[in-house]
Amino acid sequence: MTIVTQPAPPSSAEGPFRVPVPIVVPPPSTASPGAAPGLTADASPAGSGKLEMDGVSVHYGHFRAVRDVTLAIPSNSVTAFIGPSGCGKSTILRCIDRMNDLVHGARVDGRVLLDGEDIYAPGVQAVELRRRVGLVFQRPNPFPMSIYENVAYGPRRHGLSDRRKLDELVETSLRRAALWDEVKDDLRRKSGLALSGGQQQRLCIARTIATGPEVILMDEPASALDPIATLRIEELIAELRASYTIVIVTHNMQQASRVSDRTAFFTMGEDRAGYLVEVDDTVKIFTNPREQLTEDYISGRFG
Amino acid sequence: MSRVVWADRAATALLWAIAAFVVAILLAIIGHFALASIGTLSLSFLTSNPDQFAIGGVLPILFNSIYILVLTLLITVPLGILGGIYMAEYGGEGRLTTLIRFSQELISSVPSIVVGLFGLALFVNATHWGFTALGGALALTVFNLPLLTRLTEQAIRAVPHDERSGSIALGVAKWPTIRHVVLPIAIPGIVTGIILTAGRIFGEAAALIFTAGQSIPSAYNFGNLNLLDPQSPWSPFHIATTLSVFIWQLNSEGLYTYKQQIADTSAFVLVLMVLIFNLGARGLGRALQRRVTGT
Repeated sequence: MTIVTQPAPPSSAEGPFRVPVPIVVPPPSTASPGAAPGLTADASPAGSGKLEMDGVSVHYGHFRAVRDVTLAIPSNSVTAFIGPSGCGKSTILRCIDRMNDLVHGARVDGRVLLDGEDIYAPGVQAVELRRRVGLVFQRPNPFPMSIYENVAYGPRRHGLSDRRKLDELVETSLRRAALWDEVKDDLRRKSGLALSGGQQQRLCIARTIATGPEVILMDEPASALDPIATLRIEELIAELRASYTIVIVTHNMQQASRVSDRTAFFTMGEDRAGYLVEVDDTVKIFTNPREQLTEDYISGRFG
Repeated sequence: MSRVVWADRAATALLWAIAAFVVAILLAIIGHFALASIGTLSLSFLTSNPDQFAIGGVLPILFNSIYILVLTLLITVPLGILGGIYMAEYGGEGRLTTLIRFSQELISSVPSIVVGLFGLALFVNATHWGFTALGGALALTVFNLPLLTRLTEQAIRAVPHDERSGSIALGVAKWPTIRHVVLPIAIPGIVTGIILTAGRIFGEAAALIFTAGQSIPSAYNFGNLNLLDPQSPWSPFHIATTLSVFIWQLNSEGLYTYKQQIADTSAFVLVLMVLIFNLGARGLGRALQRRVTGT
């Protein structure tokens, strides 16, 4: 396992001596210029990540759910988290937007860096962070509002009230989520809940896009969907890759191999704590992994 | 027929019978008073003043029932909803919330006559207000506030976690999430709570006898809008005998010539009011939900 010793200084005009300030949301696709684009297969993650985890452990009360995860996620790429049930991949995913904060008794140790900044540092507001890091849930969870209001919800709450701008944002977001053509005729009349499961999930993706995130986390986004809807979500992920850094948790290894550039394989230790076995380019993980454990899992010998 | 099928049919029949029984009780009550009020119930019964020697009407008393209902809801609904939000979202599980829950249950089960006596001591005598609509409303608040708080809490807790997390994950803080996602979903449950509370307010007599008063008004001057004048029916400080108290009075010590007919018809009016309020509140709740969710 590669250990990230020192994260690269944030490549920012403000210099290295920044104090933690409330995070301002930049438009998508303004990735840090130093970050390697997704396709360039760079096996050495240190310092080049949009996202970096350094010795991250998660406890729920006295139970250690995940131990000592260190990995880097390059920008504008798709990284898949795979592993058997209970190995903590969702838990680790939810460290990236601090959704674990909501779980009573949850504690996160180690550092999670977004563009080189520790998101657990004092002074970082989780509420601000979650605008930069969106999360799509396993079960589609649109609000019981119209399609339009579902997408406009985030921007509205963040203070956008100009009707024309909202209209524009709703359209762009729905287009990006490949849902516009299917819903444009009854945006305001139809409830988000009246859509099919696959459409609901794309609506949730549109809703996330509308808040202008840099990173989109997806927690088994297709596991509740039929194969055709799943395929559409996978195509969508491939399109979104150009603008966002995507991390996807999946149970489905074919899916991981289809959609991701890099794959992180997690498993569970004897103490039931999940840990990272290895992370590498997806092609490498699926053809020639370094670890025997990965090999066994990929080839279906356990898990 | 196999045992399983037989058991299933028996259970279905039993449950159906219980449901039918519940509906039958309701119909019996409505039917009984509908029949009893034939010949007495008319528009003039609702718009006339009480008359000791004729059928007369219940206008001032009906007015008082609605007045006390509105006044009590004005106090109870905002406090109850805010209290319910606190208990569901902010209170957590600690000694304070345990104590609050314990008190809620205790107060809800205190006999209303005891609350009436307490109201007499506090809202009538200690305040030197005498018998007033406000005193009655406050006494009703004593046991309706815990009820509405509890029902609001339950309605909010019943909102699926997914919707809440969906909003939090978009970088929306806790209060806006509650305000814009959780509360709209909880509205039907909260409206049910308000309806239950309102039913108790309409029906309560014991707690009002000692607080809002029981003297039957002869006529009200609705033109008197001075809110501080106890003679004005619009003032929270007027003596406000309600329909329930009136019915109790007629049957216990009333010196009315037609007291049985008047009591029966008043009871029918009371049942109708509860029904109308019930349906109205549900309609209002639906409209409110549509508005806040924009569908």
